[in-house]
This record gives sequence, structure tokens and C-alpha cells, in this order.
Amino acid sequence: MSLTADSMRCGEFRTTYKADTTIFPTPRSRNFAIAGLIVLLFAPHVLDTYYTNLLIQIGYYGIAALGLNILVGFSGQISLGHSAFFGFGAFASAWISNNFGVPVILAIPLAGLMTTAVGMIVGIPAARIKGLYLAIATLAAQFILEDFFNRADWFSGGSAGSVAQPLNLFGFVFATDKSYFYVVLFFMVVMYLAGSNLLRSRDGRAFVAVRDHYLSAEIMGINLTKYRILAFGVSSFYAGIGGALFGHYLGFVSAEGFTILLSIQFLAMIIIGGLGSVMGTLLGTVFIVLLPEVMEALMTTLGSQLPGLERGVSYLKEMAIGLAIVLFLIFEPDGLAHRWKQIKAYWKLYPFSY
Amino acid sequence: MAQPAERQAVREPVLSVNNIEVVYDEVILVLRGVSLEVAQGEIVTLLGANGAGKTTLLKAVSGLLKTEDGEITRGSVGFLGETISNRPPEEIVRKGIFQVMEGRRVVEDMTVLENLRLGAFTRKDKQVRADIDMVFDYFPRLRERAQGLAGYLSGGEQQMLAIGRALMARPKMLLLDEPSMGRSPLLVKEVFGIIETINREQGLTMLLVEQNANWALRLASYGYIMENGKIVLDGTKEELINNEDVKASYLGGSEERRSFKNLKSYKRRKRWL
Repeated sequence: MSLTADSMRCGEFRTTYKADTTIFPTPRSRNFAIAGLIVLLFAPHVLDTYYTNLLIQIGYYGIAALGLNILVGFSGQISLGHSAFFGFGAFASAWISNNFGVPVILAIPLAGLMTTAVGMIVGIPAARIKGLYLAIATLAAQFILEDFFNRADWFSGGSAGSVAQPLNLFGFVFATDKSYFYVVLFFMVVMYLAGSNLLRSRDGRAFVAVRDHYLSAEIMGINLTKYRILAFGVSSFYAGIGGALFGHYLGFVSAEGFTILLSIQFLAMIIIGGLGSVMGTLLGTVFIVLLPEVMEALMTTLGSQLPGLERGVSYLKEMAIGLAIVLFLIFEPDGLAHRWKQIKAYWKLYPFSY
Repeated sequence: MAQPAERQAVREPVLSVNNIEVVYDEVILVLRGVSLEVAQGEIVTLLGANGAGKTTLLKAVSGLLKTEDGEITRGSVGFLGETISNRPPEEIVRKGIFQVMEGRRVVEDMTVLENLRLGAFTRKDKQVRADIDMVFDYFPRLRERAQGLAGYLSGGEQQMLAIGRALMARPKMLLLDEPSMGRSPLLVKEVFGIIETINREQGLTMLLVEQNANWALRLASYGYIMENGKIVLDGTKEELINNEDVKASYLGGSEERRSFKNLKSYKRRKRWL
């Protein structure tokens, strides 16, 4: 029996500079991504509405979470106000499409740009402060924006909220879960490719340098102020796009949805998924979105045997999320992305582990 | 070897530090009237004990003082005929001064290649790849580890990477802060050998801050010695090597360490007058 060259491979060997800077490190990972995409294209036809809804949630939360990961994981800053930007994107898209007759498909990126502007204003103090102080400054932004949503009747409809029209493209209305899934999938693919691309570019390297060694970053000619604010801008753009998709999906946007709790959930997604990992962001989002559903299913099954448990289901769900975060911080501080890497390495090296 | 007076007359300095005074936090006076000059293509070394103010002087040149609440309160720093005192660091990098900081300041989470590309941050031309190859020719060890994370390199390799990264910016002048710090004698020999080669082949001007006077004086053509925020002695390589006090304090081999403070015989001429 002869072993082919491929079966003897025990690592990734890149021999050209070009191979070193591709989005997908190996042809296999690229093929898997394409295969995954094809499977997803058929998903809404196979799955029922409930599961399609979950996939859509993963989509728009995943986009926003990637933005937060660029800010926290790559440029080393922190934001406790991500849900406010997410909300701002939702309101802005509804506002633009309702008041200026802009088609929804254009209103979504425009809302992203508006959110970018707001995020950069919030990011200005970021150039001066770090760590806990920055956390408090972004917390302030969260509360200011929440208050703004409740009071600015002209923009958000105040406490009554505002209606977001469904997406309409060449006369086709994306009103059902099945059709809207493809819209979210499209944005998801574009934003994730753009995200991975950003991180292997000059600016992406600058973000990492600012995070790891801001002094040596500065000595290499990187303008710290500019890149810290830029990170906030990029992060808010992602949040804005995610929020806009959220708004047009639900058809109605109200301020109650964008509290600090959602901000914390975004942080949970990227911490569980893996800070500084694009793949991890997606895994973390899947985890956080599915965890309550899995818990619910589990509780209902258990509840039929143990009477009285149904009443506690909602509390147990919240507690389980908290517990999951704590367990991740202890046992897998590098997140699901790290676990994923280990699994890949295991198969690649099998049966000789070193 | 040129004498001090001659040296000034013959060669126009690339970097000239004129009588600068540096204050941290508006209260701590670190440098008091320091002047030095580095001519084109020359390696000049700055020697001195810990806390003498060598690193502060480098930071004053590269603009990093600002991030540590320091400021040049008097005097000026000139580079290629321009005044660059108290300018932001990224502007100074673009003018062509690149500081290699002491210790391991590579980005550990990036591969060696990415670190090198990061060094070329200020450049937008197409020669980056050619320059990566050039750096790998100087440091063959880095080529073997090109795809490895910089954090997994040994201390010496990280030092090489830091120097290679500096070359990627195509600087006109390199400020080297203690490249020998914490390295084994063999590695020091290797690193200094490469520094010398780079200087010879590219004519790159360097200001070398060192504790290891033996090695520093082997490379440099001119040296300054600092103590307590002042330059107490300067001279050509030969002058310094043959100076009894330098021998005693820095090169070893003499009876006991003497401080320059106690030596009345040295009256440094005031260059700024």
C-alpha cells in the first residue's frame, strides 16, 4: 500500500507569500466554507419556520458580534454600549426608508454609515482612556442612546417605536422568514468576508499592534488616536447593519429591545466564541442564540417528569447563560475557536499527536 | 579616525541634539543640557549606567516622550536640517527615524511575516516583498520561522525580528536601544555582527544605546558617555577605549569603579555656546 502525499501531510506548509495572505488558510477550509454555504442555501426549504427564524437571528446577531470582536478582540478596546449601536442601526434604517423614500436595500448600508458616525463620536474618548475607564464611557453612551430612542420622536417614534417596512427588491417583497433568510445570508457572507479581509490587511495588522504593544505601534508610525477611533467606527458599522436587518425582519422597532443586557450578550458571544477570531464569533453567536432554546427543550422534557420545574424555566435559562460564561472563562478562556482548532489539529495529526 | 573638531567641520550631522532638557510629569528633570551629533552612515554609541537617561534621550528623539508625559522643555532636536522636537512619533517615523525599543517588543500574536509587514506600515510602495527577502537574508533564522508566531521565537530571535521590522520601514536612521539586553554572549556576537553588516552594506546611520561597552565600542566610530542626565565624556572609539576611566568603569580590567562625578579633570566643553 502506498501513502499519497496528501495523507502524509501533517501541517500547513505555505511556500509563497500569496498563500500566506489568503482568506482561507487551506483549500480544504475554503471548500468547507463553500459547502457550508450551499447547505445553508437549501436550509429554509428543509427546515420549518422556527429553525429558519433561529438562523436569521444568528445572522444579524452574528454580524453585530463580529463588529464587537473587531473592537474588543482585535483592537483591544472594550464597549458596553454595543446594543445601543445595534438599536441605532435599526431605528436609522427605518427612519431613512420611511421619511426619505429610500429603498430598504439602500437604507440598510446607509444606516450602517450613520451608526459609524455615531460610533466614532463615542470613540473619541477612547483615544484618551483605556480599560475600565473606557468601559464606563461606553456605558454612558449606552444610556444616552437609550434615552435618545425614547425621547426623539422625530427619529425613533419615541416610546411608541417605529415601523420598519419589509425589504422590497424589484417588486419582490421579502416578508416571509424563508425569503428574508437569503437577505440575511447575503449580508452575513459579505460582512464576514469583509471582516476576514480587513484583518489580514495593513489596517488589521495595525489594530493588533495597537492592542498588543501600543508603544511599538506608535514607533512604527501607526497613529493611535486614528486607529482607536477607526476601530469604533468599523465596529459600529457592523452593529448598524445587524440592527437594520433586525429592524426590517421584525417590521417594528422599539427602544426596549436595546438594553445593556443585549450589550452583555454580545460580549458573551465573542468571549465564548473566542476573542480575536472571526470563526469564533460565529460559533459564539450560534451558542448564545441556541442555548436558551436548548435549555427550554431540556426543561420541558424534564418538566414533564418533575412537576413545578416549568415555572422556573425562564429563571433557569438566564442562570444557564451566566453559568456557561463562567465555565468558559475558567475552562476555555480562548473560546470555542480554540477548541475548534484543537479538534482540527487532532484530525490532522492523527494518529501521531506530536 | 577624525578628531572631534575635524569631525564637525567635515561632516554635516544627520541628527543633532542641541542642549535638550527633558522633564517628566512637569516635575522630574531627567536630561540636563544634553547635546550629541550623529553623522551620515555612522554608528554612534551612547553608553552609561542604568538610569543615566539614555533611553529618555532616544525617546526624546523618536517622540515617544509624549506618551509617557515627558516633554523637551529646552533645546531642540534636529534631523536632516529640520527641527523635530516634541513632534508626534508617527510623524517622526515618516521622516525616517525608527526606534528599536529595548526588550521584546514584537507582536506575539502575529506571525514573523506579519510583524515584518507591520514594520512597513508607513510605506505604500511595491517593494515590500523584496525587502522581506532582504531582511531574511540578513537574518536567515527568521526565514525558517516565517510562518510561526512571533511569541514562540526565542529572545534572541525576537530581537532579530525587531531589528528586521525596523529595516522594513526603510528608515534613514535607526535608534537601537540595548540590543544586547538579556542575550547570551554568542547571540550578542551574532546580532552585533549583523548590525555591523547592515551599517556597512546600506550605509544606515545608527545611534546605539548600550550597556555592553565592549561590543558597542567595537562597532561605533564615536561614543558619548552619560551619567545622571548629562553627557560627561565623548570621543572617538580609540580615545574612549584608551581612556583610563572608561576602562575602569565600562570595559573592566581596572581596580575599582570610579564615578565620573569625582573626576575633576574632565571639563566638557559646552558645545551650545
